[in-house]
Amino acid sequence: MDKLDQLVASATSDFAAATEPAKLEDAKARYLGKEGSLTALLKGLGKLPADERKSAGTAINIAKERIESALTTRRDALKNAQLEAQLATEALDVTLPGRGLPRGSLHPVTISLDRIEQLFRSIGFEVAEGPEIETDWYNFTALNTPENHPARSMHDTFYLLGDDGKVQDDVLLRTHTSPVQIRSMLAHTERYKHLEMLPELRVICPGRVYRVDSDATHSPMFHQVEGLWIGESVSFADLKGVVADFLRRFFESDDLKVRFRPSFFPFTEPSAEIDVAFMSGALEGRWLEIAGCGMVHPNVLRFGGFDPEKYTGFAFGMGPDRLTMLRYSIPDLRLFFEGDLRFLSQFQ
Amino acid sequence: MQFSESWLRSLCNPSLSSEELCHVLTMAGLEVEERRPASADFSNVVVAEVLSVERHPDADKLKLCSVNVGEATPLQIVCGAPNVAAGMKVPCARVGAKLPGIEIKQAKVRGIESFGMLCSARELGLSDDHGGLLPLAADATVGEDIRRHLDLDDHLITLKLTPNRADCLSLLGIARELSALTGAPLLAPEVKPVAAVVADTREVVLDAPASCSRYCGRIIRGVNAKAPTPEWMKRRIERSGIRSISFLVDVTNYVMLELGQPLHAFDDAELSGAIHVRLPKPGEQLLLLNEQTVTPSADTALIADDEKPLAMAGVMGGEHSGINDSTRDLFLESAFFPPAAIAGKARAFGFSSDASHRYERGVDFELQRKAIERATQLIVDTCGGKPGPVMEAVAAGHLPQRRPVRLRSARAARVLGITLPEARIEAMLRGLGLHLEKTSEGFSVTPPSFRFDIEIEEDLIEEIARIHGYDNIPSQPPVARMAMMPATESSRSPMSLRRAVAERDFHEVVTYSFVDAMWESDFAANRAPIMLANPIASHMGVMRSSLIGSLVGVLVANRKRQAERVRVFELGRCFNKDAGAGPGTGFAQPMRLAGLAAGTAFPEQWGSAGGRVDFYDIKADVEALFAPRRLEFIKAEHPALHPGRCATVSLDGRPAGILGELHPRWVQKYELGTAPVVFELELAALLATPFPHYDEVSRFPAVIRDLALVVAQNQPLAPLLAALRATAPAIVRDVALFDVYQGKGLGENEKSLAFRIVMQDTQRTLEDAEVEAAIASLLAVATRDFNASLRG
Repeated sequence: MDKLDQLVASATSDFAAATEPAKLEDAKARYLGKEGSLTALLKGLGKLPADERKSAGTAINIAKERIESALTTRRDALKNAQLEAQLATEALDVTLPGRGLPRGSLHPVTISLDRIEQLFRSIGFEVAEGPEIETDWYNFTALNTPENHPARSMHDTFYLLGDDGKVQDDVLLRTHTSPVQIRSMLAHTERYKHLEMLPELRVICPGRVYRVDSDATHSPMFHQVEGLWIGESVSFADLKGVVADFLRRFFESDDLKVRFRPSFFPFTEPSAEIDVAFMSGALEGRWLEIAGCGMVHPNVLRFGGFDPEKYTGFAFGMGPDRLTMLRYSIPDLRLFFEGDLRFLSQFQ
Repeated sequence: MQFSESWLRSLCNPSLSSEELCHVLTMAGLEVEERRPASADFSNVVVAEVLSVERHPDADKLKLCSVNVGEATPLQIVCGAPNVAAGMKVPCARVGAKLPGIEIKQAKVRGIESFGMLCSARELGLSDDHGGLLPLAADATVGEDIRRHLDLDDHLITLKLTPNRADCLSLLGIARELSALTGAPLLAPEVKPVAAVVADTREVVLDAPASCSRYCGRIIRGVNAKAPTPEWMKRRIERSGIRSISFLVDVTNYVMLELGQPLHAFDDAELSGAIHVRLPKPGEQLLLLNEQTVTPSADTALIADDEKPLAMAGVMGGEHSGINDSTRDLFLESAFFPPAAIAGKARAFGFSSDASHRYERGVDFELQRKAIERATQLIVDTCGGKPGPVMEAVAAGHLPQRRPVRLRSARAARVLGITLPEARIEAMLRGLGLHLEKTSEGFSVTPPSFRFDIEIEEDLIEEIARIHGYDNIPSQPPVARMAMMPATESSRSPMSLRRAVAERDFHEVVTYSFVDAMWESDFAANRAPIMLANPIASHMGVMRSSLIGSLVGVLVANRKRQAERVRVFELGRCFNKDAGAGPGTGFAQPMRLAGLAAGTAFPEQWGSAGGRVDFYDIKADVEALFAPRRLEFIKAEHPALHPGRCATVSLDGRPAGILGELHPRWVQKYELGTAPVVFELELAALLATPFPHYDEVSRFPAVIRDLALVVAQNQPLAPLLAALRATAPAIVRDVALFDVYQGKGLGENEKSLAFRIVMQDTQRTLEDAEVEAAIASLLAVATRDFNASLRG
């Protein structure tokens, strides 16, 4: 091995021995610096005879390139090692929990109401709301329930005291969302009164309602959703189709059994109670009363501005609280109104 | 309406099982609420006759009985019942019998073999009576199975009747319906007039014919008021949930249950002169059978004699004119009071009676004579007596009318969605006892006197649907003309708002709209709240005008459940008296969104300081809910809130709610420990969303300068920032606060507000000179109007 090869080998070895960038630079200086051994060889070229000078120069330059290449390789290696060391010290415990605000929750009945709205919107129902302190006229009279009608005792109504301390008999806390039916009908017939045929009215009315009743299955305030569809030829068969379809979609259960049973409401005729039975789960096979419905009574259509000879319609009223209890297997209605975070936070 | 299945089957007996019969009734609208066996399950108990009773040789309280159970050899049975006596007939459980809880085995009782057990009512699970053996009728057939003898395989059925079906408030009515539904024949009891034996009568005068349009009365002289009620009658009324009292009372109840006609029996000795049905005299009072003294309203009819009021017509008899054990002569009443005359009368006095329940729903107005004859026959058969003639007073013009109702087959098809053959319609309606005449478009239908719920065509359509079976009407997807629904961008749904609030770590609650009056006073300074006339509890007595009290209530409840960090919200209505507002109700009822946050700002977590939630944390939530719209927060006072930490939330110059820390007074009173921060915002303001507005995006670089201004410590930010924004030259795109500093380097009453000024032009790169000029102009405004200086 000639002297240049020895020099390259020595430099490569010195570079490898340098474990940090500063020492590598020192080693570099020993070969390529002003006083470096390779630099000395280059300087010594001039002293060589002219015919040797060229070949010696070539050999020195090759050696220099080899040393520089070794240097670069070592520099990269050191840089990588340094980065890896840095990354190692920066490593996190990725299993520690994230920081910041978690998410709150929606009330389970709200979740049901939202689903109910979405399902009915999908077949063209709009959403309407009405006041909770309601007039006797909207809550009862316009719904074909005149004073002293026995059906009034079906509703234990909350009344208000006037400023004179006497019971106000013209206003009450609405006992159902049905008055919104009347408000929607009147708004609809007024809005389209210039037309010979009124467009169809399809509306659902969710909201809070009140009755003087309180136990494990009754709350003095609870929710209802009223639905109404009026058109030129809306029939009882349509009512059955829409409500059964809704219940199966709501419970995501194609094999849900739905039955309609004759009943009585002053504002519908014929009237029906709707029962469902699940085909699996804890309540399998039991008929559960879930809603009331019927064909809108001609008197109610008239109160709403519709001619019962030209239009027919159906209405239904159901309890989203009960639907929610069934859907999520919640045993006690009172849980909905107690504001217990341990309960509420389960519905994100 | 509760009744015995076997009684019903005596009137109409379709070949259906008990369950099937109940299903048929339920699916016809007579909902069976409950069906339970008349007695517990047991077997091998027979009617036995006690032949002899001797003392047990080794036990004072036990007796040795020889008992005939219908076999050749009497059984020896040891019995401890106090009432055991030779000659009586009693139930005997034979060896091998299974009674509720015990099985009877042959056993030695104190050394003597006993071959069965004589039973009390309780041992058979029939009642709680354990005073002695259950005595059976003297004519009971020895050896007969006791279940058969006492009809114990019966079921008690309870119907949840809707108010329109008054005709089914009797066994006959239910049987009539069952017959129409199943085709099984109706076996109505045969009622024959009972001939008068004495001529005694009382005149009946209908002084108030609108309140009573038919009244039948009859005297029966010389009855034995102490006669026991026959077992079969007692069983039937008791299985209908009515207590047996005495035969004369029982018979009126029996006929009411059987036919649906309420009856009343007066002690004729207490009556004087004619019977009047009249309205009360001013201030007239009456002591009722329930020992309640009432002053009937002017439209409440009374039964009276020539001297005094006797009873509240159709509601309840009077205490002084009723029958008792020593009654000899009866005056029996069977009357028709129209629903309108009775409706609400009992309720007005806080009670209900079997009679008023039936009258206010409608009693068959052609039933009175039949019912009085039926009762007379039963009375004469059981306790003797000599009936007089029936006196009937009728105000024909006031009897209900039964007008024919038009039924168009086409209309029925349109409403129901199915077409039924006219022959089928006719058969169904006739089966219900309706009178039909064929017309060109269908039928003209006249309802019978016992139906009060058939007035319009739809009522008939319902009858058709009911008898045809709701199950047999198809369930069909509707066909409709479709039109797209509006989808506006200028508002959002309450649901999307709820989601936004929940995303910021609030849990939705639903609380009662009626609250404690104290909450209204404390949190809304509302001294004259809207009061409920009939609250279910005093702490739920007033309608809330603010949601804050309810949320504090939720906080208190959760603190009791050891929850320290509580963040809740509610979207609900608030109520205020406002004669001019509301849709005709006289009450403003705005929807509001309220939130409450208590405890630490963040849930306890590693690497965070865990500071308590403060005004600014929740202010950020409120701002985010309204974003991108900019709110103004104006220092304000509110009864619920800390006076120094409370702001009105203002949107476009209009108040949209409040935000603040709960007043320390309430923190202490409600034992909250630390003060929660609450907000209450108007839903209408939150739901409106701005239509996005496009501004040209600049291709030229922005210049950013910071401007730190030293101002007085009590200088609020908002007016200063507003002034800077308002007066900034056109190139200034944004002025935003990024730091507030107090302390070293500043005077004691000074603070530094640092603003970041972003300047940019859409057409060109800004020059240094105009940037400097802009900053200078902002500084000048701050210096001139807010006494600010540039921080050195």
